[in-house]
Amino acid sequence: MSFSVPASLEAELDELTTHYPVKRSASLMFLHALQEHFGYISKEAVEWTARKLGLQPINVYELVTFYPMFRQEPLGKTHIKVCRTLSCSLAGSAELRERFCTKLGLDPHAHAPQTTPDGKFTVEFVECLASCGTAPVVLVNEDLHHKVGAAEAEAILKKGQAA
Amino acid sequence: MSAPAAPSNPPAPAPAPAAPAVETMTVKVNGKTVQVPKTMPDWQGKPAPTTMLQAAKIAGVDIPHYCYHDKLPVAGNCRMCLVEFGTPMIGPDRKPVLNEDGTPKIAKSVLPYEPGTPRGAIACATPISPGMEIYADSKATQQMRESVLESLLINHPLDCPICDQAGECKLQEYSVQHGKAGSQFVETKVHKPKAVDLGPRIVLDDERCILCTRCIRFTRDIAGDDALGIVNRGSYNTIAAFKPGHFDNNYTLNTVDLCPVGALTSKDFRFKMRVWFLKETKSLCTSCGTGCNITIGSREGVVHRYEPRENDAVNGPWMCDTGRLNYRWVGRADRLKEVLRVSAGGARERVAWNAALESAAGILSGAAQGSVAFVVSARQTNEELFLLKKLAAHTGALTDSVPRDGEPDRLLVSEDRNPNSNGVRLTGMAFTEFGFNLPKIADGIAQGRTKTLVVFGEDVTRLGIGPELLAKLDALIVSDILPNATTAAATLLLPGAAHAEKRGTFVNVKGRLQKFQKAVEAPGDARPESEFLLELVRSVTGQDAPRTLEGLFNRMAAEVPAFAGLQWAGLGDAGVTVQI
Repeated sequence: MSFSVPASLEAELDELTTHYPVKRSASLMFLHALQEHFGYISKEAVEWTARKLGLQPINVYELVTFYPMFRQEPLGKTHIKVCRTLSCSLAGSAELRERFCTKLGLDPHAHAPQTTPDGKFTVEFVECLASCGTAPVVLVNEDLHHKVGAAEAEAILKKGQAA
Repeated sequence: MSAPAAPSNPPAPAPAPAAPAVETMTVKVNGKTVQVPKTMPDWQGKPAPTTMLQAAKIAGVDIPHYCYHDKLPVAGNCRMCLVEFGTPMIGPDRKPVLNEDGTPKIAKSVLPYEPGTPRGAIACATPISPGMEIYADSKATQQMRESVLESLLINHPLDCPICDQAGECKLQEYSVQHGKAGSQFVETKVHKPKAVDLGPRIVLDDERCILCTRCIRFTRDIAGDDALGIVNRGSYNTIAAFKPGHFDNNYTLNTVDLCPVGALTSKDFRFKMRVWFLKETKSLCTSCGTGCNITIGSREGVVHRYEPRENDAVNGPWMCDTGRLNYRWVGRADRLKEVLRVSAGGARERVAWNAALESAAGILSGAAQGSVAFVVSARQTNEELFLLKKLAAHTGALTDSVPRDGEPDRLLVSEDRNPNSNGVRLTGMAFTEFGFNLPKIADGIAQGRTKTLVVFGEDVTRLGIGPELLAKLDALIVSDILPNATTAAATLLLPGAAHAEKRGTFVNVKGRLQKFQKAVEAPGDARPESEFLLELVRSVTGQDAPRTLEGLFNRMAAEVPAFAGLQWAGLGDAGVTVQI
């Protein structure tokens, strides 16, 4: 699979670089843009960024591995983010995530985000989604679901399967 | 018995005009007052404000540290060098506050919101100030060290008995000196990757790593290959290369030396030998003309590793991987071990050294002027070359050496792959251009003018003097370490010693004259060349020759102009610079 950045995106990023006193400072913005375009940050994307900014790939790779928001693998079509901060945790978010994982055949004890082999779902824990009053909350792609119980979880999975 | 005072050698010509008088500052370390310079060289040798760690060192106090290294940029991340300190109090009138006895009152550094708790500073990165007091062995400092060690050991496996670093591990040493036996940590340790293949010569154990980043800084700032970094975060931090297994520049093994713990290990050396069994011998690397100072680690006559030995005039604390791993030939099974002579009947037979040297002396003393030629390697020591020059001068011989060139790099590797080219030039066995006389020697043999060829440490069949020419000679006297086509054709074969098996001196490409010591015994009948050459010179020239290597060096220094005034005992471990 060859890696190529569209000319328009490259031009946009080149312009962006000029906003910073040193090229290196644009690294995070590059990674955000590349992830938005490709869905994840491949090794090729890291190398491309390093080349553009006059860095070594390891310098960029450090950033990619530091931030959990940067993905090194493609995500599933339906991205389920279960909140695990205090209120949601007390309201049973651990059980909720376990339910998602078990239903989808994923390891409920794994540490990192997991994607189903068919590429339909990614399940992960996240920190506070700022809706503590309606715990437990789940962010499915861009939609926030409140007070998610067994029935709602089922509905989320059903919708995801159909997507 | 008191040793005689070491004679001092003339100092090297000063490269720069004398520096102006050093500005100093007075500080107290553990109650001892010391004068220290205001600035001291940083890792690049540029003047920088003197740090607490440097000041303590001047006072003779070693402050424990992991991430700090005097030849690397300061990172300040391991926190091991935390010390309690205090500075003179200044009153509202901006004047020093004095004690009743007139001494300045010291304000110890404390937490601003908790004045009862000392606030330490990292000695590696904190500049000193006038009147500062450093308490490197106070209770507070000891507590800080205990806590730092406890923190570093949280996820570190406690399996020193199976760790390859044991015996030369700073974590082990400091834990004994400054740590405490117990840990308050009762949770499960984080398990990180083990035996990660970082590069062709390096294995990484992430669980042992304390993330001091010495390896990252070395490879970025010294080797110039920004290949390593810290990936992931928090408890899952690991050292990594972008492409696993591709940490492969020619200086990677220095990171193994730098690693204060057992995280980075050398594939070549790991699990081969416990370091406390190794005998350490000061020697030199012979892989190129730089002449890096090394320590040979050997046990029971077997060389197990080379490590760089710090010499700022030559290699600093580093050496290249090629040179470091180029030691196995010393112990090769096919080393020349027997003194061989071709008898009148044409058979090659093993003879005693005495008989061989008698034959050699007979050939060389009876040789007509100009009937002998010498090809000597620039891998021979100065002492050997000096003796060979005496034999060559006695026989009016044509002499030459052999160039051995390769790609240089920007750090240590020299274009000249011979360790002693300048020794050959200074002793007069060859001049600027090596190999200039080789065609003449070949021609002399072809014309029948040259009847005897003496070869030390080279294979002349690869230099235009093939077996058919060698067959024309009356005598071919060869000394070497490993077999080759020339040693196979020798009428008299004198097995020599590798540098690890003898003492001697080399002059590097920049004119640094350095000595090396003997680590292991030569195999079989092989002997250091200078030993048998001394006997040979004595019987051929009738001159009285010294009987020890020290005496030989001193004699050479008296006769070779470039070495004038030098003495073996005055060379020291770092060598001296001579005019080349």
